[in-house]
Amino acid sequence: MFGLKGDWSLEVKDRYFTLEDYCGAEPRWCTGCGDHGILAAVHRVCRESQIAPEKTVAVSGIGCSSRLPHYMKTYGFHGLHGRALPVACGVKSRRPDLDVWVATGDGDCFSIGAAHWIHAMRYNMDITLLVFDNGIYGLTKKQTSPTTPLDVPTNTHPSGALLPPLNPLTVTLGVTNISFVAQIVDWNAPLRHEVIRRAHEHKGTSFVRIIQRCPVYVESIGKALQDEPARMQLLTHEKGVQVADNVKRLFPNHAEHDPSDIAAALAIAADDSVLPLGILYHNPDAPRYDMMTSVGMEMSVDEKLAGMNRALDNFAI
Amino acid sequence: MTKTETAVDTKYLFKRYETWWVKVAVPRSLRKKLGYDLRKSLQTHDLEQAQEARWAVAEEFRARIEKAQRETESKSANQDSNMVDIEVASPQKTAGARQVDEYIVEIVSDSGEGAQKCGQVLGLVSGKMGNGVWTVEIIPAEIQPPARERQGASGIRVRMGSKEMTNMGDEAEMVVAFNEQVLYSRIGNHAYKKGTVVLLESMWAEDPEEKIRNQYKDALADFAAQGLVVHELPIQKECLKLVPDPRKGKNMFVLGMLCRIFSRDIDTAKNEIAKIFKKKSDKVIKINHDLFDAGFAFAQENLDYAFEISTAEEDRMESPVVINGNTAVGLGVMAAGIELVAMYPITPATSASHYLAEDFHLTGGFVHQAEDEIAAIGFAIGASYAGKTACTITSGPGMALKTEMIGLAVMAEVPLVIVDVQRGSPSTGLPTKVEQGDLLSSLYGAAGDAPKVVIAAATISECFHFVVMARKLAESFRTPVIILTDANLATGVQPIERPEVTDEWFAPPLDQSSWDKEVAPYNWDETTGLSERPIPGMRGGEYILTGLAHNRNSKIAYDSASNQEGMNMRSRKLATLGATLKPPEIHGDPTGDLLIVGWGSTLGAIEEAVDRARAQGHKVSSVHLRFLSPLEPGLKKIFSGFKKVMTIEINYSDDPDSPLINEENRRISQLALVLRAHTLMDIQCWSKVPGHPLQPGAIGKVIQANLTETEGAEACSA
Ligand SMILES: Cc1ncc(C[n+]2csc(CCOP(=O)(O)OP(=O)(O)O)c2C)c(N)n1
Ligand code: SF4
Ligand SMILES: [Mg+2]
Repeated sequence: MFGLKGDWSLEVKDRYFTLEDYCGAEPRWCTGCGDHGILAAVHRVCRESQIAPEKTVAVSGIGCSSRLPHYMKTYGFHGLHGRALPVACGVKSRRPDLDVWVATGDGDCFSIGAAHWIHAMRYNMDITLLVFDNGIYGLTKKQTSPTTPLDVPTNTHPSGALLPPLNPLTVTLGVTNISFVAQIVDWNAPLRHEVIRRAHEHKGTSFVRIIQRCPVYVESIGKALQDEPARMQLLTHEKGVQVADNVKRLFPNHAEHDPSDIAAALAIAADDSVLPLGILYHNPDAPRYDMMTSVGMEMSVDEKLAGMNRALDNFAI
Repeated sequence: MTKTETAVDTKYLFKRYETWWVKVAVPRSLRKKLGYDLRKSLQTHDLEQAQEARWAVAEEFRARIEKAQRETESKSANQDSNMVDIEVASPQKTAGARQVDEYIVEIVSDSGEGAQKCGQVLGLVSGKMGNGVWTVEIIPAEIQPPARERQGASGIRVRMGSKEMTNMGDEAEMVVAFNEQVLYSRIGNHAYKKGTVVLLESMWAEDPEEKIRNQYKDALADFAAQGLVVHELPIQKECLKLVPDPRKGKNMFVLGMLCRIFSRDIDTAKNEIAKIFKKKSDKVIKINHDLFDAGFAFAQENLDYAFEISTAEEDRMESPVVINGNTAVGLGVMAAGIELVAMYPITPATSASHYLAEDFHLTGGFVHQAEDEIAAIGFAIGASYAGKTACTITSGPGMALKTEMIGLAVMAEVPLVIVDVQRGSPSTGLPTKVEQGDLLSSLYGAAGDAPKVVIAAATISECFHFVVMARKLAESFRTPVIILTDANLATGVQPIERPEVTDEWFAPPLDQSSWDKEVAPYNWDETTGLSERPIPGMRGGEYILTGLAHNRNSKIAYDSASNQEGMNMRSRKLATLGATLKPPEIHGDPTGDLLIVGWGSTLGAIEEAVDRARAQGHKVSSVHLRFLSPLEPGLKKIFSGFKKVMTIEINYSDDPDSPLINEENRRISQLALVLRAHTLMDIQCWSKVPGHPLQPGAIGKVIQANLTETEGAEACSA
């Protein structure tokens, strides 16, 4: 770990970052909230990547989940409800050197920010996008979200959500130019860590939907899955996520799925009889908009001045 | 200084903004044709390179001059032969061309017939000949409205003069109309007067449809009754001799006519035509040149109108560039060192981004077309937060969507340049037409108190320079800056003095050197409210920006003291900026009967009207505000020098004579409201929402009406 590479050669770095270098303020989420575990995974993946904290930017919207940047000791941007993605894309547009994370909720991303979700997926800039999907509006105290299951009572629909929930996986997989789609549950730490690590490693927008427990408002959602692991299905493949056998054993259902197969990924996503976990889709070669937005960054002041005069010459008499 | 340095060889060379150019003088006899000299940029700052490159260019210029000489000679030799050589027909030889100080001509057509292109070239050629020019486009809201529909009128007004033109002027003296119906919409807008010459396409008289023939006949009688001087011209028929479908191409024929009528330079016009079609084949250029020549010859043979508008050498700009306000904004963005423009298409702002999409690469910039206006400003804010210079360009409805983000930029103190090219409002309103309706929403639109800088460009030149200024203000004051322009400036074309761009403008806002950990991310100076910001990449500066109430450390802070302090600091920055501003200049005397206060694109028309009234001996002056937030200082003092102070604006106010309206309930115009609150003085207003720019004549009437009230009255009281 300490600068030791696979071939046993030692790379001496002048700075080595520990978990502490990425840990910000003490989290203020409720006890038992799934957000704690996701934050821990982010801290650990940051440390593994050894990207300097000053080069790391955590962007979020508004919601319980969007508090995440405050718990990082990096740069962060806790902006507006639903608008994390445009800001994150803007950060990345002219600063490809920065490592950009986005923390967003099911309301933040799939409802008020839905337009940005679709378009950011298509832009495919190098961003790690974690959706904390607790199936409810947490911060504003239990209103129906696009992913609230049918019949779960909320303060806006006291006799239960009226419409079947939105399927974020089929929507995301349907967007042109997506490059990475995965799903996890917050409470399985090894799987959680491995998928977030792979998402972060991927060059492009990595979409990770995290089924996140909100024991305060919708305990039933997480509990149903925890009590009955057969409702989940682990996706396995040599190109997919690799976890130890003891982790695999926690899931009675496995399915072999090649993440480069978009048609298969869509079929898996559309089957709502089980909840697929792992990497559904991965295409490392999709065009990246951040390669395009950063054109011209290397121009010198002299070159710009000459360019400016050329532009004015076009209108000169 | 050594000897070699004193004897630097700069034959044919001169330097403009660090760049070397070649200049070769043109013999007097050819100046009408070629201009005073031929010049070309060598695109180098290096003298040695320039010395080497100059010979080829000078040689090319010599050849052009000799060719022109030969052509002029052969023309005079051929004078008696049957050869019609329009190419070298020198416009200045136009027999009996009448010298005029200025002239207003319009070209109106159905949409898609190219009237605007025609007028744009006429304006450009006039500018290149040294004239002052102002052009306004007449744009229908639909892309392809039905043919021969009054609402669908598409066209352009060109005002040319020997001095600088600052506005559209009053009624046009001549109009070329492609059909009689489109003329009606302009008549409805009082665009013409008795005696206005109408050059009307006559093909409708023989239209196969009886209804159209009758419409045409009725219109002719109608126009004559209104005192318009109509000439029916077989434009279509003439064009058919050259092209099978004159719908495309007629405009070049008309351009030829107008170039003959106004003694415009043929070569310059043809050059511009070639530029328009540069992406098409040479054949296309040739056809359009032929149409131009045919129009020119047609006017020469058939029309008695011939004018000359010449500009004295001392009234010529040193080094003009001919641009419209949106191009000026685009060029300003580039010159300001802005690297990212995030936008969503909206009329009348979009053409600024169209321009940038063409040329932004010259200064290394990128245009991001976002999924909507919220995303556009969010993207720009993200880039700015990350230490890059960014801008978003939009119009009213887009501003409304951006409001929440503007509030965030104020709250979190993110520098940002926002350009609002105002259009008719509210809602979708009048997309292509001018209004000054976004002042109050720019000032106060966000939730709660969101103090920000708001400035308004009054001229096309300011559209350029205010972007450069806005970037500096945004960074120095760590704030969003809104620049208000409007549809009038956006599409008005005018020659302006070429801006002198300096390399300082391209300096990046911040580098990524370390940040002193002890310094808070909002290390507010108590007196000024100013602070410096860390950007990602700066070691030691890590902080979490938040739109929630926060303290100096950018930590969420719900306590009253922190909230009050944050509010104080953000507001104090405006006072700090205000302290650096000078009182506005008064146009006219510092005391008098009436003071007109304006802002934005009405400057030229207001000052022209004030000058006319002053020439008649009236004691009227005007001031024009550029800073709306903070306001320029000294207004109260200036206002107290006049018996009556009133704003003139293009936004809504109740007409005092309307039913139910009295002094107490009258809703007044936007600047007047702001000034009343600011000065506690009795500021009056006159405002209208006609969907077109205010004209000096109309303003003159307002001045007259208000002078009769005030001449001899008491001074304005608080
Ligand atoms: C424009 C706007 N509308 C509404 C809100 C109120 N609001 C804040 S968070 C939120 C929903 C949060 O739900 P979600 O995104 O699922 O996040 P969670 O709290 O569940 O993590 C809402 C409606 C707001 N802050 N801004
Ligand atoms: S309300 Fe729910 S989502 Fe929010 S912090 Fe508490 S447990 Fe977590
Ligand atoms: Mg939620």
